[in-house]
Amino acid sequence: MVTIAAIIYEPGNSIKNKTGSWRTFRPILDNEKCVKCENCYIFCPEGAIQEDENGNFKIDYDYCKGCLICMNECPVNAITKVREEK
Amino acid sequence: MCEVKVITGTSAAAEAAKLADVDVIAAYPITPQTTCVEKLAEFVANGELDAEYIKVESEHSAMSACIGAAATGARTFTATASQGLALMHEMLFIASGMRLPIVMMVANRALSAPINIWNDHQDSISERDSGWIQIYVEDNQETLDSIIQAYKIAENEDVLLPVMVCLDGFILTHTVEPVTIPKAERVREFLGVYEPKHAYLDPDRPVTQGPVGVPDCYMETRKQVEEAMERAKKVIKEVNEEFAERFKRKYGNGLVEAYNLDKADTVLVAMGSVCGTIKYVIDELKKEGKEVGLLRIRTYRPFPKEDVRELLKDAENIAVLDKNISFGFNKGALGIEMASILKNKKVCNYIVGLGGRDIKIDDIKTIINHVEKAEDDTTLWIGLKE
Repeated sequence: MVTIAAIIYEPGNSIKNKTGSWRTFRPILDNEKCVKCENCYIFCPEGAIQEDENGNFKIDYDYCKGCLICMNECPVNAITKVREEK
Repeated sequence: MCEVKVITGTSAAAEAAKLADVDVIAAYPITPQTTCVEKLAEFVANGELDAEYIKVESEHSAMSACIGAAATGARTFTATASQGLALMHEMLFIASGMRLPIVMMVANRALSAPINIWNDHQDSISERDSGWIQIYVEDNQETLDSIIQAYKIAENEDVLLPVMVCLDGFILTHTVEPVTIPKAERVREFLGVYEPKHAYLDPDRPVTQGPVGVPDCYMETRKQVEEAMERAKKVIKEVNEEFAERFKRKYGNGLVEAYNLDKADTVLVAMGSVCGTIKYVIDELKKEGKEVGLLRIRTYRPFPKEDVRELLKDAENIAVLDKNISFGFNKGALGIEMASILKNKKVCNYIVGLGGRDIKIDDIKTIINHVEKAEDDTTLWIGLKE
């Protein structure tokens, strides 16, 4: 249920409100090609790219809006795009 | 017990804001509203009113400041007119969308061009769809009473919408009339303390107001405003009754006022101060044995559809007076709406008094004669020069 004037009374509501549904293109990261330069992680405006325990980078598709800045910034073309299909 | 002062409409509005013990006033002067905010500045400066008076550089800023203040939980007031109201346009939607109970006096005035500072209703009618409750008053006493009532309506938890109280520029704003001013403590008892449960500024209970309304939730918030408008009809009636009990003055049922409607086949429908002239004409005609009625629309938004239908069910000739015009449709806003809810009835529309043109007793008689003979729904501009 939407609150009056959509006022948000609880912090951390983005756990519930996923923003990944806006995406037209889905970036795909190839860990084989990745040189761990962190450019994608630094440039992602949504903070949707994180490093996992093995040192590999992962895209969180719940919050990735598909802006493809990561793909643009990747120096080794490890990130490609596919059209989102639902 | 109470005091009677002979004051202008803008002073009556300022007195009302003082009685409501507002916390924040933000305003920019524009004729014919100026004297209202000057009076309030005087009240704050001499210590009669303990409020923050924010001087701003435009009406857009005045409404922005009111929105900010109201979002912290403060009781806020502002006043404007004409181009000033137009300049507030985008902020008006934010005030209602954030459900902030701001009260504003609007001194009704024509819009430019050509430059015209005189009265008509084009300014506030143009803000019809902004989500604000609109009350159109007939005299200075009603101005004072309606602004006090407006806080009680706006702050009601079933409503939580901003209210504009509209009074005719110059005709009311700059004309002195005896106005009964109730005691401050009695107004305080009537209004109570505003304790917002939805919009507030409290470090211990942080909230986000005015967030992004993605397509997933925006439409629901709009529906909430519509539902609040519907509930406001009941609240306005209740507030009018409670006000009558405490202060011995009432304005119809709060939404509409019926004058000599019972026996009349011909009924005039109008808003604002022109209703005083119409009542005079009705009384004169009564002496000649002719019965004509008046239905005064006091609350234009929410629109009292049910009351209008009920009160006009036996009326044959309905004349709707509009001090505004919807270009390209050749009807005024009230005329369009009356026609839409009174299907199968003869509803003629009369465009009157634009830009301060006098509406004379003879004009009212011309309208009555015309609507009685008219065969279909026509629109007539009254008082035009050849």
